[in-house]
Amino acid sequence: MGAIKTVWGILCVLFLMGPLIVVLPIAFNAGGFVSFPIQGWSLRWFAVLFGDPGWRLSIWNSLIVGLASSALATMLGTLAALGLRGRVGVPVVLARMVFLLPMATPAVVLGVGMQLIYARLGLGSTYAGLIIGHAVLSIPFTLLSVTAALASVDRGVERAAASLGAPPPTVLWLVTLPMALPGIVTGFVFAFANSLDEVVLTIFLAGPNQRTLARQMFLQLRDNLSPAIAAAAFTFIIATICIGITGLWLQHRRKRMMA
Amino acid sequence: MIARHLPDLKAAALVLPLVAFLAVFFLWPLASIFTTAVSDTEVSRAFPELGRAIDGWDGQAPTPAMQQALVADIRTTPQATMGDAVRRLNSQTSGFRSLFGRTQQAVARGTGPVDLVALDGRWADPLYWNTIRSALPPYTPRFLLSALDLQQGAEGIEVAGQSVHVQIFLRTLGISALVTGLCALIGVPFAMLMLATTGWVRNVLMASVLLPMWTSVLVRCTAWLIILQNDGVLSRILQTLGGLREAVPLLFTRSGVIIAMTHVMLPFMILSIYSVLIAMPKNLMPAAASMGANPIAAFRTVLLPLALPGIVSGGLLVFMTSLGFYILPALLGGGNDQLISSFVAEYAIRQANWPLASALGLILLIVTVVIFALYQRLSTRMAGA
Repeated sequence: MGAIKTVWGILCVLFLMGPLIVVLPIAFNAGGFVSFPIQGWSLRWFAVLFGDPGWRLSIWNSLIVGLASSALATMLGTLAALGLRGRVGVPVVLARMVFLLPMATPAVVLGVGMQLIYARLGLGSTYAGLIIGHAVLSIPFTLLSVTAALASVDRGVERAAASLGAPPPTVLWLVTLPMALPGIVTGFVFAFANSLDEVVLTIFLAGPNQRTLARQMFLQLRDNLSPAIAAAAFTFIIATICIGITGLWLQHRRKRMMA
Repeated sequence: MIARHLPDLKAAALVLPLVAFLAVFFLWPLASIFTTAVSDTEVSRAFPELGRAIDGWDGQAPTPAMQQALVADIRTTPQATMGDAVRRLNSQTSGFRSLFGRTQQAVARGTGPVDLVALDGRWADPLYWNTIRSALPPYTPRFLLSALDLQQGAEGIEVAGQSVHVQIFLRTLGISALVTGLCALIGVPFAMLMLATTGWVRNVLMASVLLPMWTSVLVRCTAWLIILQNDGVLSRILQTLGGLREAVPLLFTRSGVIIAMTHVMLPFMILSIYSVLIAMPKNLMPAAASMGANPIAAFRTVLLPLALPGIVSGGLLVFMTSLGFYILPALLGGGNDQLISSFVAEYAIRQANWPLASALGLILLIVTVVIFALYQRLSTRMAGA
C-alpha cells in the first residue's frame, strides 16, 4: 500500500512539474531546434528575446498594459469591496455575482462583444482599449482578494480609532486600508499575472503596435517555433516563481499581523 | 431621514464606479453579442419605403403603393446596401438577382413612376413580394438557428442540410467532460495523498500543484509542444514501454489536447477537493477503521461522501473553463480537435461573419453562465455550512 502511494505521488508530481522542467534547458540550447538533445549551451536566444525589436516592443507593451490594467482593476475592485463590506441581501449577492462573471465568461465571447462596441467607440487597436479589456478580466481577482482581506480586518480596531475622535476618512486611510494592504497588493499581483498571460482578448482588441509578449508568443508558437520561445517561457517561469514567493510572503505576513 | 440612509449612500457611491465600468465594458459587449446574433437589418436597411408600404398587405396581388415604394427605394438606396440585400433575397428565392438587375436598369432610365408588372411579369407573383416581406423584420432567429444547424423552413423549424455546429458543440462538451473526469480521477487520490502526508513532503506536493497553476498557459503550451513532438520525450517513452517500432503521434491529435488540458485544469480540481478534505475532522478515517471498515469501504462510505462537494464544485469549475478553451487546442490540436471557441474566432476574425460568431458565442455564454451560477451557489453554500 505504501509503495503504491509513493509511486502514485511521484507520477503525479512528474506529470504536474515535468512540463515546466522540460522547457527550462531548451532556452539555453545553442542549436536552432526546440527539441532534445541539447546541442550545446548558449545564451543566444535570450539575446534574441531582449534584442529583437519585435520581442522588445512586446515586452514593453506587456508591462505597460499589465501595470495600467492592474492599477485600474485594483482601484475599482478596492472601492467596490469597501462598499460591499459586511453587507447582505439579494442585491449584494447579485452584484457580487455580476462582478465575478468576467472570470467565467469565455474570453472569445468577450472578445467578440468588446470588438463590436469598440468599433463604435473608436477604441479598437488602442492602448486604452486593451488596458480596459484586461482590467475587465482582472476585476474578479482584485475584488475577491480585497474582500477576503477586509473580512479579516478587526472592526474593533476601527471602532477604537473612531471613539478616539478619528473621522471616518481618517479611520479608512490610517486603519482600514493599511490593514487590508497585503490583500490589495495580492489582488494587484494576481491582476498583473492575469494580464501578462492574456492572449485571446488581445488578439481581438490589439493592433500591431499593441502586440503583447503573450500575443507574440502565441503567434510564434503557431507559425515558427524557435528556442526564443523557450527563452521567453524560461523568463515567464522565473517571473512566476518570484511572484508566487512574493504572494506567499505577503500571506504569511498578513497571518502574522493578524495573530 | 437622510442620516439613516447615509451608510447606504456611501456604500452605493463606492460601488458605483465598478458598476458603471462593468456596465459599459462588460455588460454592453455581452448585450451587443445578443443583439448582433438576432438582428437582421440587411434587407430592412435597403427598403425603408417598402417597409412602410407593405404594412397591412393581404399577401395576394401587390398594390400600386408597394410598387412605387420599391421604385423609390431602388433610386435612393446605395448600391452596396442594395447588393447585400439582393444577395440575401436571392439565397431565399432564386431568380431575385436577375429580376432585380433588370428592374434596376429600367428604373434608372427615368425619374417618374414605373409599371413593374409590365416590365417583368414576375412582379405580379406574390412569391417575390412575400420573400421581401419575410426578410424585412429587423430581428431574426436564423443565426441562432443556424448556430444549432437548424433553419426556418416552409413548415416551421427544420434541420439544415449538414450538421456542422452541433457536432462541434458535442465535441466541446465531450472533451470537457472527459477532462473533468480525468481531473477527478487523478485529483481525488492526489488530494488524499496530500492530506496523509506532513512536513516537507506535503510542501513539495503543494508546490507541484501551485507552480503549474501560476504558470502562464502559453508556457505550458510551449512545454507540451516540446513533450508531444513526434520525436519528443513522451512519444519515446511510450515507444519503449509499448515495445513499438514507430513513434506514437501525439502532437496535433485529440489525445495530446486532452493530456495538456488535463494538466492545465488539474490544479484547480486538486485544490477544490483538498480545501474540503482539510476541513474534515482528522479522526474520521481511524474511527471507521476501528469499527472494522476496510480501507476501501471507509473510502467509499466516509471519505468520498464528505469530499463530494469539493469534487462537484471543482468539476463544475473545470468543466466550465474547459468549454471556453481556445489557445491550447489551437496550438496543440489538429483540425478535428478544435472547440467551439475556435469557430467563434474563425467566424469573427477571418470571415467577419459577426452575426454567426455572436450566435455561437451567445450559446456558449449561456451554457457557461448557467454552470457558473450552479458553481457560485454550491461554493457559497459550502462556505456557509
